[in-house]
Amino acid sequence: MNVASKPALDQATLDDRRLAKVSARDVDVFYGAKQALKSVSIDIRPNEVTALIGPSGCGKSTFLRCLNRMNDLIESCRVAGSIWLDGEDIYTSGLDPVQLRARVGMVFQKPNPFPKTIYDNVAYGPRIHGLARSRAELDEIVMTSLEKAGLIDEVKDRLQEQGTGLSGGQQQRLCIARAIAVSPEVILMDEPCSALDPIATAKVEELIDELRQRFTIVIVTHSMQQAARVSQRTGFFHLGELVECGETEQIFTNPRHKLTQGYITGRFG
Amino acid sequence: MQLIALVATLLLLSAVGFHLGRRRAAARSAAADRRPHSLPVYYGSYVALWSGLPALVVLLGWLAFEPLVVRSLVVDSLPLVARELPPERLGLLMNDVRNLAAGVVTSRDVDPEMAAAAETYLRLKRLGAVAVAVLSLAAAIGGLGLALRRVRPDLRARNAVERLVERLLIGASTIAIFTTVGIVLSLLFESIRFFNAVPIHHFLFGLEWSPQTAIRSDQVGSSGAFGAVPLFAGTFLISLIAMAVAMPVGLLSAIYMAEYAPRRMRAIIKPLLEVLAGIPTVVYGFFAALTVAPFLRDAGTMLGLGVSSESALAAGVVMGIMIIPYVSSIADDVITAVPRSLREASLGLGATRSETIRQVVVPAALPGIVGGLLLAVSRAIGETMIVVMAAGMAANLTANPFETVTTVTVQIVTLLVGDQEFDSPKTLAAFALGLVLFLVTLALNVAALQVVKRFREQYD
Ligand SMILES: Nc1ncnc2c1ncn2[C@@H]1O[C@H](COP(=O)(O)OP(=O)(O)O)[C@@H](O)[C@H]1O
Ligand SMILES: [Mg+2]
Repeated sequence: MNVASKPALDQATLDDRRLAKVSARDVDVFYGAKQALKSVSIDIRPNEVTALIGPSGCGKSTFLRCLNRMNDLIESCRVAGSIWLDGEDIYTSGLDPVQLRARVGMVFQKPNPFPKTIYDNVAYGPRIHGLARSRAELDEIVMTSLEKAGLIDEVKDRLQEQGTGLSGGQQQRLCIARAIAVSPEVILMDEPCSALDPIATAKVEELIDELRQRFTIVIVTHSMQQAARVSQRTGFFHLGELVECGETEQIFTNPRHKLTQGYITGRFG
Repeated sequence: MQLIALVATLLLLSAVGFHLGRRRAAARSAAADRRPHSLPVYYGSYVALWSGLPALVVLLGWLAFEPLVVRSLVVDSLPLVARELPPERLGLLMNDVRNLAAGVVTSRDVDPEMAAAAETYLRLKRLGAVAVAVLSLAAAIGGLGLALRRVRPDLRARNAVERLVERLLIGASTIAIFTTVGIVLSLLFESIRFFNAVPIHHFLFGLEWSPQTAIRSDQVGSSGAFGAVPLFAGTFLISLIAMAVAMPVGLLSAIYMAEYAPRRMRAIIKPLLEVLAGIPTVVYGFFAALTVAPFLRDAGTMLGLGVSSESALAAGVVMGIMIIPYVSSIADDVITAVPRSLREASLGLGATRSETIRQVVVPAALPGIVGGLLLAVSRAIGETMIVVMAAGMAANLTANPFETVTTVTVQIVTLLVGDQEFDSPKTLAAFALGLVLFLVTLALNVAALQVVKRFREQYD
């Protein structure tokens, strides 16, 4: 099946890309000689949850990591095309990826709290960026972040205990709190629930829905139910191409592309 | 020569046993029309082990006890006068007998009795060689035959082989353990003899070290003072200087290698650093004595400092260079073992690379790094050659790195070099020093391993 010949990208992009929070055009990514993404164009709208789905190895993580330039850390990786954040090109030479990452936070597949106390985990970002002028302000940031991450009741008496001592689900919410603490505009989540049990997953999903009020969220997931539950828009990747993107409702009830149809009805993937 | 032929024959027998065992297992199971319990190799190994191991035991036993047995038989054959000589004299006599038997010139005239003894000696040796050959071959063939008889499809050869292999491994580690225990015990007993002559608190807390004891009691300046504090202090001072060099250089280069260096650079630097560890310490020693020490002395003179031409500084600096690879390669390992996800978490929050290293990577790797440093310290404390050549022999109690100091290891060497009575306090002092050194390094190593282990657990 030739995907490129029949692009169903009508809904993926806006007419004016400056209206999007994050806007990607013709993004190609290469690992050495191997092409991992082919001409991906998509607009991520503000205060929505956008889910990226697709079979493993199709380039979802790769695309996500383009959005905060985490791919810069991989020696063999090369990115072409343009990606804008609020109408600003994030791949221009003048832009500092370190500052970009303060605006575009990331939550990873496996919970990865630092081997520090719960408090220090959350305070890490604010300290790095000098967001708090006093201890009281820092306390305030830490507490509100933990609250927004829905973790405060579970940890408020044990802030000085090691973050690595929490359960998997709590660790992941701690990582979300850590990301929130630097007040990013966009939060990228790469399969944030794949290492969690169903109850912890439900909690994180609930949290994602609340976070949408304040942040723009892009979430990669291998679970179609999860995409259906948490997202407003869904993009389907296949072999490095964005096959189809549209409202979640439409993608799951009435996919236009045969590949999407096949994937969500479980015929492959 | 005969021994090699014998061993070769035994090995050949084992190989034959292996082959026969395999064949027989196949044939037997075909005849009985049932699958053998184990794979054919296990039947082969089973027979091979049963033919090899008993013979090996016989052979080792012979190697261990033959000299003793032959000696006592020869002594018994000597005339009564000789048999009643004191042990040292008897030992000399036996040496002569052995030399005579080997056709080497002896230290005394050959009398008929000695010639007879040499004759006996030779005869016994030859008899012994034949006996061991016959016995071990018998053991090998017997073992082979018995094992082969037992090869049946329902023989659990795999389990039997596993058990034998386990015994073999236990045997090997027992040898290592017994050797260690033997060394420690001999250190301990000789030290106790020393502490009978010199009270232990004089040794541990005495401030003066001058181990010359009198050979004749009317000799001057030969009281002998065995206060080891100056030696410990010297060892400590030099190790401190060495760590002051090795710690920053080793750690920083490890951080560069693990975090910044492109892969190709790393492929060059890491082996180069490890070459440092392969340089014989005596080479470092003359580098210290001939290059670094004079340089430091001249530099000191220019600055108006009195730097002795054999100084703690020279030895410490060179020793520091020597242990850089110990620090850097362990630090590099533990830094690389810090999960990538932690780095990504930090970078993903907008931390720079150096912030990530300082606040996440190094703290996470710290236990491992400390472990590496402790191992390096124990290397430094045990090092001898560099200090012998560059730091001197004078047991000064000083904290001044420009002066000559001496260390525990250097004094052990000087105590034992040259003609010594073997039971004078001077010689025995070496054992006491060795014991203390051993205890200190042991403690350091145990602590280091403990720390490294805790680090490993954190990321499993
Ligand atoms: N660091 C890397 N080096 C080389 N190839 C990579 C690297 N990361 C991902 N890839 C390749 O890029 C493709 C897309 O990977 P990825 O984005 O991780 O897929 P997904 O997240 O959808 O499972 C895969 O074929 C993968 O093998
Ligand atoms: Mg992925």
